[in-house]
Amino acid sequence: MMLKIENLSATVDGKAILNGISLEIPDGEIHAIMGPNGSGKSTLSYVLAGRDGYEVTGGTATFNGQDLLEMEPEARAASGLFLAFQYPVELPGVGNANFLRTALNAIRKNRGEPELDAMQFLKVARARMQALSMPEDMLKRGVNVGFSGGEKKRNEVLQMALLQPRLAILDETDSGLDIDALKIVADGVNAQRGPEFSALVITHYQRLLDYIVPDRVHVLVKGRIVKSGGPDVALALEKDGYASVQEAA
Amino acid sequence: MNAVSGAAGFSQRFEGLRDRLPGAKQPWLATLRDDAAASFAAQGFPTRRDEAWKYTSLAAVAEAGFDEPLTLLDAEVALPPSVTARVVFVDGRFRADLASLDGLGFTAQSLARQLDTAEGRVGTLAHPAREPMVALNTMLFEDGLLIDVPEGVDGGVLELLSVATASERPQAFHPRHIIRLAPGASLTIVETASGASGAAYLHNPVFEIDLAEGARLTHGRLQQESRAGFHLSTIYAAVAERAVYDNFTLNAGAKLVRNEIHIALNGPNAACHMNGAQLVGDGQHADTATVLDHAAPDCASRQTYKTVLAGRARGVFQGRIHVHQAAQRTDGYQMNQALLLSPDAEIDSKPQLEIYADDVKCSHGATVGELDADQLFYLRARGIPEPAAKAMLVEAFLVEAVEELPEGLLRERLTNAISGWWQGQEAA
Repeated sequence: MMLKIENLSATVDGKAILNGISLEIPDGEIHAIMGPNGSGKSTLSYVLAGRDGYEVTGGTATFNGQDLLEMEPEARAASGLFLAFQYPVELPGVGNANFLRTALNAIRKNRGEPELDAMQFLKVARARMQALSMPEDMLKRGVNVGFSGGEKKRNEVLQMALLQPRLAILDETDSGLDIDALKIVADGVNAQRGPEFSALVITHYQRLLDYIVPDRVHVLVKGRIVKSGGPDVALALEKDGYASVQEAA
Repeated sequence: MNAVSGAAGFSQRFEGLRDRLPGAKQPWLATLRDDAAASFAAQGFPTRRDEAWKYTSLAAVAEAGFDEPLTLLDAEVALPPSVTARVVFVDGRFRADLASLDGLGFTAQSLARQLDTAEGRVGTLAHPAREPMVALNTMLFEDGLLIDVPEGVDGGVLELLSVATASERPQAFHPRHIIRLAPGASLTIVETASGASGAAYLHNPVFEIDLAEGARLTHGRLQQESRAGFHLSTIYAAVAERAVYDNFTLNAGAKLVRNEIHIALNGPNAACHMNGAQLVGDGQHADTATVLDHAAPDCASRQTYKTVLAGRARGVFQGRIHVHQAAQRTDGYQMNQALLLSPDAEIDSKPQLEIYADDVKCSHGATVGELDADQLFYLRARGIPEPAAKAMLVEAFLVEAVEELPEGLLRERLTNAISGWWQGQEAA
């Protein structure tokens, strides 16, 4: 089992946000989590990635059998967890190429693979960027500095493509994207699909799931999963809105 | 008071050495030294009651009790191979045997050996009566660098190395460097001050820099003194019409450092850039004090100072800009930013603008902050271990101070010193 979450509860500033989430993502599957604003979608992604400021008050999360909640954020990343941020952070003064190479080499080192020098890295990065229709000068700029919303999201997908995670959590990667950018991002995720790659796609809208077709869809309301099913669950939500499931919660 | 006895110690030493100091037979120099000695005896070391020294106490310097260097003039010193023209000072003394000056298009020589012809060159820009450390330097300097770049000559890059050796008792040296660029001349000086690990000493250099019309001096300084050393430097630069003085200073070493820079933009369209980075670790104190006189119209000045403080570090930035009434259309900019890596670190920042002209563009800003938690998490979420992630952010903060530098030895040296610093702090 790639990811196994059991009865996970968490608070932010003393306020309960996650109220007993249970979820299993087998190897090779893509799951989607949908939910209204404030249902705890982003909190779940941050708790899984290990951000400070979130207190786990109950439950467990295991990642390939490892106790995820005990690990530092960098150790989670090194063992194959990747969070594509809803709001990618700008890092003025840190060159994008330097950042990407440092991250890639940190992950490679952990996998026991040799580090890439600047030339080797450029070769790999250029190929990946081309697939994402990213101009090469984005390597020279500061990380996400002066990037448009779509460029930031593409930069997230580029990082995913380079780091080759086993589990990608995409936190509203579709927000702020036009349809062309959405397709590029979806293609980037679909290219990773395989028996050893799983993903948790967090989204407010069904639209993204037309392009990244999930194996399972879960509906999150008030920090709890209230409904799970196949892709038809997302279609039903699109039709009836969140009101119906909110009442159920 | 200890401070008084410390100052008295230097005064006594001057009395003892007075007739044996280099140039003692030159009446002009004897008068200069006597006046400085009288001034130092009257003032003593500066105290925190002096406005200019409000944030930096020299009590530790005053109490230390220093000897003059007794280093043999042929003492062995391990030096990195020279990659460019180079002059070397060991414990404040010019070492001709260690210099590489072949094919130089200008003269760079020991001041001590040129004092019989140096009247009117030494002491013309410095103010011993106003600055006690300059008074101390004036009364006791034994040597220094005398540079003359002739009209229109591009002097290329000259490395100025100051090395302090280990000694049984703390030693003090006060080199006086006299630099003159004739009209249209240019030069880059890459200065490195370092000392034997753990050596306690006082390095108290004074620079008098005279830039004629259209001359250009790029002065890079890497202060990497021993962590037990004191570095108190004072730079005076007079910048004539269309001339440019650029100063890039990196403070990384010493127990206590103060760099005082006095610049006078004396002719129209003169310019100066003063950029610096202070990397201050636990138990270190770093002080940058700039005094900028805009004395002529149409001059531009830019200052960007970045200070990073770890552990129980203390940092100080004082920047004074004085725009004289004649200095219309002055374009002045000053920014100083500090990054506190520890709750025990402290920075004092005092910008000071005095503007007497009415058509002036002058701005300044100061910020103090900590590492950004979101940025740090973003890097760690990509698998970059926390120390390396912090190092990247510290480097990103500092890099702005060296960004303007052209590619070359100076930029390379500064960038290397910056990139290695934080890892060193973590290890310590």
